[in-house]
Amino acid sequence: MGIDIKSVPYEDFNDNESLEELRKGGAPVWVSTMDEIINWGRSNSVWPLTFATSCCGIEMMATGAPRHDFARFGIEVYRASPRQADVIVVAGTIVRKMVPVLKRLYDQMADPKYVIAMGACAISGGPFYYNSYSVVRGVDQVIPVDVYIPGCPPRPEALLYGIMQLQRKIKAESLAKSGEARPEPTLDTSTEDKSRYVEPHDNQNLDEACKSSN
Amino acid sequence: MEETLMDLDLKEREEYVINMGPQHPSTHGVLRFETCLQGEKVKWIRPHCGYIHRGIEKMSESLTYPQLVHLTDRMDYLSAHINNEAVALCVENAMGVQVSDRVKYIRTILAELNRIASHQLWWSAFGMDLGALTTFFYGLRDREKILDIFEESTGSRLLQSFITPGGLMADVHPNFQKRTREFITYFRKKLPEYDQLLTGNVIFQERTKGIGYMSLEDAINYGVTGPSGRGSGFHCDIRKIAPYSAYPLVKFNEVTYTQGDTYHRYLVRMREMWESLDIIDQLIDNIPQGPIMLELKAIKPPKGEFYQRVETARGELGVYIVSDGGPTPARIRYRTPNFSNLFIINKIAAEHKIADLVAISGSLDLVIPDIDR
Repeated sequence: MGIDIKSVPYEDFNDNESLEELRKGGAPVWVSTMDEIINWGRSNSVWPLTFATSCCGIEMMATGAPRHDFARFGIEVYRASPRQADVIVVAGTIVRKMVPVLKRLYDQMADPKYVIAMGACAISGGPFYYNSYSVVRGVDQVIPVDVYIPGCPPRPEALLYGIMQLQRKIKAESLAKSGEARPEPTLDTSTEDKSRYVEPHDNQNLDEACKSSN
Repeated sequence: MEETLMDLDLKEREEYVINMGPQHPSTHGVLRFETCLQGEKVKWIRPHCGYIHRGIEKMSESLTYPQLVHLTDRMDYLSAHINNEAVALCVENAMGVQVSDRVKYIRTILAELNRIASHQLWWSAFGMDLGALTTFFYGLRDREKILDIFEESTGSRLLQSFITPGGLMADVHPNFQKRTREFITYFRKKLPEYDQLLTGNVIFQERTKGIGYMSLEDAINYGVTGPSGRGSGFHCDIRKIAPYSAYPLVKFNEVTYTQGDTYHRYLVRMREMWESLDIIDQLIDNIPQGPIMLELKAIKPPKGEFYQRVETARGELGVYIVSDGGPTPARIRYRTPNFSNLFIINKIAAEHKIADLVAISGSLDLVIPDIDR
């Protein structure tokens, strides 16, 4: 049995393998019935935190605006307080000075909580991967991420798709498996990694660095 | 400032310090205002920057000129075309080349469309800050029309990187003229709706009139440019005082008011949208034919220092390039409008209520990555 979201058939989604991995194991009948009811409620009322650091925040606003309207998915109410939010959409670059703030915001959110990394900066540092001394290369070094949405910035449709994937992930949860600890992310603070540093005025090296990363 | 803060006996004066931000919905990003309050009254504000400092200037030193254009988008993401144009113009002036008239016309039209889109978003967010959620839906509804035009021609909605040293990345879509003309007629009908919704509203006027007064001297001393400065009667429109691209060819008014409060900073932007529509109207039907990209062997400005300023939706953006004759700049510096516009907030928001701080910072129209770069 697949998980349908908003009448989009199961087969039309990407990455069904990971979802099946999450659904493995099974649960007693009464637990799985409870799961279905609880997950139906949870997945259709995911409230995001208003957390936008840069450009992706504008596309997030556009997604909430009339044309794309992500209230259709129950992601309706932007909460300004982390204590009322279920999902934090990290929209934009995270720099070292912002890390303690982001970590605290995440810690203040009540369980169950989810993280969407929106845009290239939140995934890996994006355009600021090379030669930037302040950008954190990926928000998953700070908080555990559930869904990654690529793009610089991602289109509103991409954010909607990411949200649907998050809803699928929520629907695959089970009471039987609650309480499983998630791995603690570690912040890479080393400045020694030379592959990320290219000398100024050295275009040949820059090209090679780009090639080796591909 | 540090000394006096240490000396302050806050308890004795019944003052206390709260932080507004870095995660706060009405700072429009990750700006932190360290605010000292006496009751509800703001005594002083210290803005803290750097929560989104990405080192763009340093990064640009290892990128070639066409490459570093892409980073300028990410500074003031609401005026992406205009930021690109600033770097493009600076490099072209340094190399002593002239782009074709077609490129100049298209650049100006795109810049003005971008200005309207930026002001629409500002209007939406400003109304929302003051508690009028309706503006958000109206503003972003019309903004999508402009983004459609951008998407059709440039392939991107927000960060286009379309204007590059030497011309444009590609020619505009054949539909460009038709869609832009449609937008002008559409938006001319919709713009009076904005005034009906918000400008005449009694609550809105009560909350903005006489709030956050900025004198002309303050505006000049702090270097407040753009609509925020023009609300205080500062004639700082670069399009008028140092015209570039196709601006010498068009007739438009520089919108200024002398009252200098939040309400008049609001009015400047509302009237600027009309002016931008007029500019596009004059250009859109007579885009000349011509090449869209200069045939340059290598983009290498000669040794020396070059400066170019343009008018973004928020004020004067200056690009200062120090070149050693190589394909990458030896040093590049951006004089961004928001950085100067931000620091006047201590002056204009002091002695106002904390709720007015939201209105005042909203009327300055801050984009935080542009401050921190």
